[in-house]
Amino acid sequence: MVGAASALYAARAGLDVVLVDRGPVAGGTTGAGEGNVLVSDKEPGPELELALLSGRLWADVAAEPGVAKAIEYEVKGGVVVASGAAGLSALEGLAGRQRTAGVETVPVGPDELHDVEPHLAKGLAGGVLYPQDAQVMPTLAAAHLVRLARGAGTTLRTGRPVTEVLRTTDGAVRGVRTPQGDIHAPAVVNAAGTWGGELAALAGTSLPVLPRRGFVLVTEPLPPRTVRHKVYAADYVADVASDSAALQTSPVVEGTAAGPVLIGASRERVGFDRSFSLPVARALAAGATRLFPFLSKVRAMRGYLGFRPYMPDHLPAIGPDARVPGLFHACGHEGAGIGLATGTGHLIAQALTEKTPDLDLTLFRPDRFSEEGV
Amino acid sequence: MNERPHLAVVGAGPAGLAAALAAAGRGVRVTLIDSAAEAGGQFYRQTAAALGARRPQALHHQWRTWERLRDGLAVHIEAGRITHLTDHHVWFVERHDAPRGADGADGPGRVADGAGGFTAHALLGPEQEQPVAVRADAVLLATGGYEKVLPFPGWTLPGVVTAGGAQAMLKGGLVLPGRTAVVAGTGPLLMPVAAGLAAAGAKVAALVESADPRAFVRHARTLAAQPATSAAKLAEGAQYAAELARHRVRTLVHHTVVAAHGSGRLEAVTVAALDGDGRIRPGTERRIPCDSLAVGHGMLPHTDLAQALGCRLDGLNVAVDDEQRTDVPGVWAAGETTGIGGAVLSMAEGRIAGLSIAARLDSRTPDVRSYQAAAKARTGLREFFAALEAVYAPPAHWTEQITDDTVVCRCEEVPASAIREAVDELGAGDVRTVKLLTRAGMGWCQGRMCGPAVAGLAGCAPEPSRRPFARPVPLGVLARAGETDDQGNVTAY
Ligand SMILES: Cc1cc2nc3c(=O)[nH]c(=O)nc-3n(C[C@H](O)[C@H](O)[C@H](O)COP(=O)(O)OP(=O)(O)OC[C@H]3O[C@@H](n4cnc5c(N)ncnc54)[C@H](O)[C@@H]3O)c2cc1C
Ligand SMILES: Cc1cc2nc3c(=O)[nH]c(=O)nc-3n(C[C@H](O)[C@H](O)[C@H](O)COP(=O)(O)OP(=O)(O)OC[C@H]3O[C@@H](n4cnc5c(N)ncnc54)[C@H](O)[C@@H]3O)c2cc1C
Repeated sequence: MVGAASALYAARAGLDVVLVDRGPVAGGTTGAGEGNVLVSDKEPGPELELALLSGRLWADVAAEPGVAKAIEYEVKGGVVVASGAAGLSALEGLAGRQRTAGVETVPVGPDELHDVEPHLAKGLAGGVLYPQDAQVMPTLAAAHLVRLARGAGTTLRTGRPVTEVLRTTDGAVRGVRTPQGDIHAPAVVNAAGTWGGELAALAGTSLPVLPRRGFVLVTEPLPPRTVRHKVYAADYVADVASDSAALQTSPVVEGTAAGPVLIGASRERVGFDRSFSLPVARALAAGATRLFPFLSKVRAMRGYLGFRPYMPDHLPAIGPDARVPGLFHACGHEGAGIGLATGTGHLIAQALTEKTPDLDLTLFRPDRFSEEGV
Repeated sequence: MNERPHLAVVGAGPAGLAAALAAAGRGVRVTLIDSAAEAGGQFYRQTAAALGARRPQALHHQWRTWERLRDGLAVHIEAGRITHLTDHHVWFVERHDAPRGADGADGPGRVADGAGGFTAHALLGPEQEQPVAVRADAVLLATGGYEKVLPFPGWTLPGVVTAGGAQAMLKGGLVLPGRTAVVAGTGPLLMPVAAGLAAAGAKVAALVESADPRAFVRHARTLAAQPATSAAKLAEGAQYAAELARHRVRTLVHHTVVAAHGSGRLEAVTVAALDGDGRIRPGTERRIPCDSLAVGHGMLPHTDLAQALGCRLDGLNVAVDDEQRTDVPGVWAAGETTGIGGAVLSMAEGRIAGLSIAARLDSRTPDVRSYQAAAKARTGLREFFAALEAVYAPPAHWTEQITDDTVVCRCEEVPASAIREAVDELGAGDVRTVKLLTRAGMGWCQGRMCGPAVAGLAGCAPEPSRRPFARPVPLGVLARAGETDDQGNVTAY
């Protein structure tokens, strides 16, 4: 997703772009996650600023002919609910801080919750509605951004693993090597997601990207608007921000354009272990049925898993790598790489064309970890 | 702790039955779990149907084999050694990490390598809402296979059924005499289906087989290298051929169905001859009026439960060693889930698995001599079916027949044009990406039906798709799966 967006904005900025992937389009984490474009789950700070920028840019892309429908773009809004008084006051505190940072928030009282989301469980303490939260279908979004990028002159090369980053004698990047031949370019953008650390190593540098596994359950199709918003419990924000490697499974429930409901967002750091875990699926199902009791009769058709590109400080690496001239990074977006892709692509294009970026990239600097290490 | 070791067998077809009998006969407590109402699997369904015909000798032999299995099962059930759960749909087999004895110690028969046993999670049919959990020390997956059907224009018309579906209709007495049927596709199953339909009184207008007779010649050496196996199998084939001749069924080899026609339901099919490259030979198209068409392009193994357990696959089949063990400790697999090869091969594999399980649960190495005959049959039949698989192939260029408006994924109603667009314009190169871009394979059958067709259209090799649940499972059941019995949510045997 991030590579697709970077290619699109770079090509539209007038650069000659070659988009290289070892697999098909969206064959990485993008094809194995969900497509929430969220502001609600972020504390004020650089990530929220990037989310707000990205949200605006998603709206712009979706306004292009045919795009909104093709990528299933929908500004459906998010609803965060709290089960008890303590949770509610924490949630209201967060919403207050977010409001100051420019996020629209609408408090929802306990008796209004069912007007907003009719099938929610009874007895919840209250919640907050975030009208700006949106959704896309990630694989379609990546594929159509690639299509637009190709329209702007990008060359797509799928099925080509990068085996080496070519460099001049003084260390500057001059292209990449693939088994099908070298591709020469004065700048290389590392948008390899969870494998961004490996790519950085090929360029002779380092980036601490780790996999954080996530499971999603998919139900049988339900009538439209059975679940209207993206709905999750207030403890989700704490899970997202957690540094723990252990399993976290606060449920996130959302309907999709095609009918099935997605129940998402387990988080655990277990390397690239692909085996299906019943305890995780059980926890997701239990959480979802607590939020929406009617779901207990609804069938899970399938489930899937993906590996989020996790960074130790939960911030992506965006911008030039001071250690390797010509190398740029755009990876490490963890559980928000779909939502944050447009902003990232836009900022990368600005960095590539030496424009002043719309956001200060200091906190996203790719080399921030190596300095700490010394 | 002197409880006998417990084996759960999923699938009561020839493989599962043979294994259950072998293990139960050697002191293992067996729970045999199957989604059907009766034991026997595909084999019994087809034997019963074909026997409705004339009881030719080869089929009679199969019938006796079936009777032996059935009677053996009844004896073990009576003696309490086997519990047979019918109408139980297993949606997941869970492997427990830690030893699960209350004292933490391995009891007798615990699989020695640290596995804490298994729970097979099932739903009680036909509603598939009520959960049942079966605990066991070892698991045998004998889930068989399912039919492969490739699309062609008109294949969604009412009246077009799968070859196996036609068998089921026969068994249910749904085939009306006087109806006109065409049987088409490729593979050794088409002959018994055509013979069964003819015997039940349908007029079989043609048996359309796309295999090239010259391929038989090319593989004659392999077929001849297994004289015993081949002779028995060829005799079976000859019986069916004689049966077909008696009913004056025309067999068109190296032919294919180009399209099915009808307004509202099937009225006719167009068939055509194939050229040396596997393309339609122009000018050979002809129309055959019919009101039912049974199509099949072979079988594919059911591997969902094995994959969710983390078992390694070999191509599309569950990979097993000489003892039918998968690479996951405590999990065995036998029958068509490990490769398509007919009922006799399934029984041989089942027997070997059952003997291996009985020995291994008793911390012994199985005595190879105890299953020498079964192992010999297994070798011969595997080679024989490998040769058959090379012979029976859909036309090399079958995808060219698929018009853009042909629906490929029936559950989600995805036409061929959408799949072609995903590949040509959106950068998909594999089944999974096509699925995500077009929804082909996301519906009720989870791509079991359209998987091979999507792979063909995308120009890539068919790949086993990961389906964590072998059956759709209510979230309420999933949320409580594995809770202990005292909470009353699940029943454990
Ligand atoms: C369960 C789950 C739910 C999620 N939900 C959301 C959500 O709701 N909203 C959201 O915004 N995000 C979500 N995410 C996170 C999101 O999916 C990721 O952040 C995002 O997909 C990352 O995109 P990417 O382009 O950086 O990485 P990827 O999509 O993984 O792309 C990286 C690409 O690099 C290629 N590559 C790697 N190495 C090489 C090489 N050597 N040569 C050539 N190519 C190479 C790979 O093939 C891959 O295609 C979720 C993730 C998971 C797992
Ligand atoms: C139309 C047709 C004609 C045939 N003709 C012949 C012939 O003439 N000669 C010959 O040798 N062979 C023939 N066969 C093949 C023969 O039927 C198979 O080789 C044999 O049945 C395979 O045995 P099995 O035990 O591996 O699997 P199966 O017989 O397929 O048994 C598998 C069992 O597992 C059950 N099952 C699967 N998944 C689950 C689950 N998740 N939960 C619970 N239960 C489950 C199924 O209900 C089934 O009962 C024919 C097959 C067909 C379809």
